[in-house]
Amino acid sequence: MSVPVGPGGRRSRRDRLLGELRLWRPLDLIGVGAAWLVGILLVLVAASLLIYMGYRGLQYVNLDLLFSRPQPGSDQSQTGGILDPIVGTLMIIVIATAIALPLAVGAALWIVEYGKPRWLARVVESGIEVIAGAPSIAIAIFGLAIFQLPMFSWASFSAADGGGVFGRSFIAAGTVMSLIAVPSIFATTREALQSVPRHVREASYGLGKTRWATIRRVLLPTVRPDIATGTALGMGRIAGDTAIIVLLLGATLQLQAGTDIPGIGTLQGTGSTLTSYVYNNSPTGEGNAPEKAYAAAFVLMLLIIALNVLVAFIGRRRAGNDLPR
Amino acid sequence: MAEFPPPVRRISSEQAPNVVDPATRQEIPEPIARALAPSYGPERLRIDEVSIHYAGSARPAVNRVTLPVRQGEVLALIGPSGCGKTTLLRSLNRLVELTPGATRDGRILLDGDDIDQLEITRLRRRVSMIFQQPNPFPMSIFDNVAYAIREQAMRRPGKAVLQPRVEKALRRAGLWDEVADDLGRPALRLSGGQQQRLCIARALAVEPDVLLMDEPCSALDPISTGVVEELIHELRQNLAIVIVTHNLAQARRVGDHVAFMYLGDLVEYAPTEELFTNPRADRTRDYVQGAFG
Ligand SMILES: Nc1ncnc2c1ncn2[C@@H]1O[C@H](COP(=O)(O)OP(=O)(O)OP(=O)(O)O)[C@@H](O)[C@H]1O
Ligand SMILES: [Mg+2]
Repeated sequence: MSVPVGPGGRRSRRDRLLGELRLWRPLDLIGVGAAWLVGILLVLVAASLLIYMGYRGLQYVNLDLLFSRPQPGSDQSQTGGILDPIVGTLMIIVIATAIALPLAVGAALWIVEYGKPRWLARVVESGIEVIAGAPSIAIAIFGLAIFQLPMFSWASFSAADGGGVFGRSFIAAGTVMSLIAVPSIFATTREALQSVPRHVREASYGLGKTRWATIRRVLLPTVRPDIATGTALGMGRIAGDTAIIVLLLGATLQLQAGTDIPGIGTLQGTGSTLTSYVYNNSPTGEGNAPEKAYAAAFVLMLLIIALNVLVAFIGRRRAGNDLPR
Repeated sequence: MAEFPPPVRRISSEQAPNVVDPATRQEIPEPIARALAPSYGPERLRIDEVSIHYAGSARPAVNRVTLPVRQGEVLALIGPSGCGKTTLLRSLNRLVELTPGATRDGRILLDGDDIDQLEITRLRRRVSMIFQQPNPFPMSIFDNVAYAIREQAMRRPGKAVLQPRVEKALRRAGLWDEVADDLGRPALRLSGGQQQRLCIARALAVEPDVLLMDEPCSALDPISTGVVEELIHELRQNLAIVIVTHNLAQARRVGDHVAFMYLGDLVEYAPTEELFTNPRADRTRDYVQGAFG
């Protein structure tokens, strides 16, 4: 079949595109135009955010800042570095993930592989959905109420006169923060389990294997990349949350051990993370050290971008190592 | 329902010993039966008036099917889509119980023992299954076979103990020469045909008495299909094989007996050549001549 061509020989890309657009209905044209506009706008916003943060961040970030402890001071030159918030962020990520991972994977396994009693499975599922949808400040204030109960006095420090439990510590914040990561780990694990074909499970049962052996040796290895993806996503959400930190970690400038027990004392004590540091030092915050705030925000963004790259990397590796579907 | 012809069942010329003729419900005198059955081993599996219902469907998926499965023979199950072949096959190692709401009537005997009385993990090691889709587990070639061998609740045997058994299974499945140089390779990197033979090796590793195959070649190319058919031919010396296939030429090539099912009923059961060249039931004739299905 021959295609009509212009006098110049082959038609240019632009001519072809215009010719194609002429075939469209006006309403479609407007729709497509609007979609393009919105798309370009979003890209612009994202790009300017990155460029601005990069510009500000690189301006103020240096090794000294990263590895020195924050100090109280009224002037930016005296307030020290952001070592404690970085350590705090990493500690919260580790604690919260250590709690969320077994919880979420266990829940997903139970719901997909056992799912009985049905009503309880539904209740658990909708419970997790509620957590996923709840604003983290609501989760935080609820968590604070819990950790101020006398039975949790071991998790933070109490007033010297035997009064109220403070309720703020790495244990408290990490535990409550795990709720932030549960939904994404649960969802990716559940979906991955559901997409494992029935015959793969039956192949294992068909070899005389129990349900537990099938879960441990066949299903978990199959969905491991998805669990990793969900976990990395969850870690990103943990690193980015402010409300729970402000309410449950105390957002103190430095790590302050709650008791004298080495190591555990730190877990019982208060501290800050990059988010609460940015919050406190932003131009409107009490610290008013905007340079430090920009630097900390930049580091936080790098951390979260790194987690996202990790997600993409895991996703790519998965493609080569997949079950027949 | 009147349009369905009554099942045509007959005493085949190679009837095994101690077989009840389903048409007359009379036992064939053993000496005669033995004299008539020189080429096959003993009956390993007996499907006796088995019916299977799925919840929510009025018609049974399998309706009062009676069939013998003997050592040294391949029984081919054929019939149009949805006639209950897979369902019948899955009932033989009680996989059908995994489907909520599925119920079975009738008895299935493995070497004379009711399979309901056997411990389920034990039963499934004696009656092993190959699926339509090759489904190796996401682990190495070695581990795929070793996983099958490792017994429940037993201390994990070491690699030295497993190695010869893994090799034997891979050799029986005709895969050894292709993978021997790197057993640590992920099984999912094998070709489709190799994956299916790995699944056969896995199923053989538990040293089953009966091998169930549900359209084992439908996802394979002609060459791999030929390899697997060759394998079936060799394997039937030592175990009883039931194979479901949509490919009539394949049923004819690998089957010693053929059972034709239609809408859950067993319509005809006969030695392969007889069923294809001289079918008794009209439905069978229409089907094997390609009129429907
Ligand atoms: N899990 C299930 N729940 C309800 N009904 C089912 C289920 N599996 C199969 N059936 C029904 O049982 C009947 C027999 O299905 P089966 O899969 O055994 O057929 P088949 O002969 O293997 O077909 P095919 O050749 O297409 O594989 C069909 O009518 C099917 O709809
Ligand atoms: Mg089928």
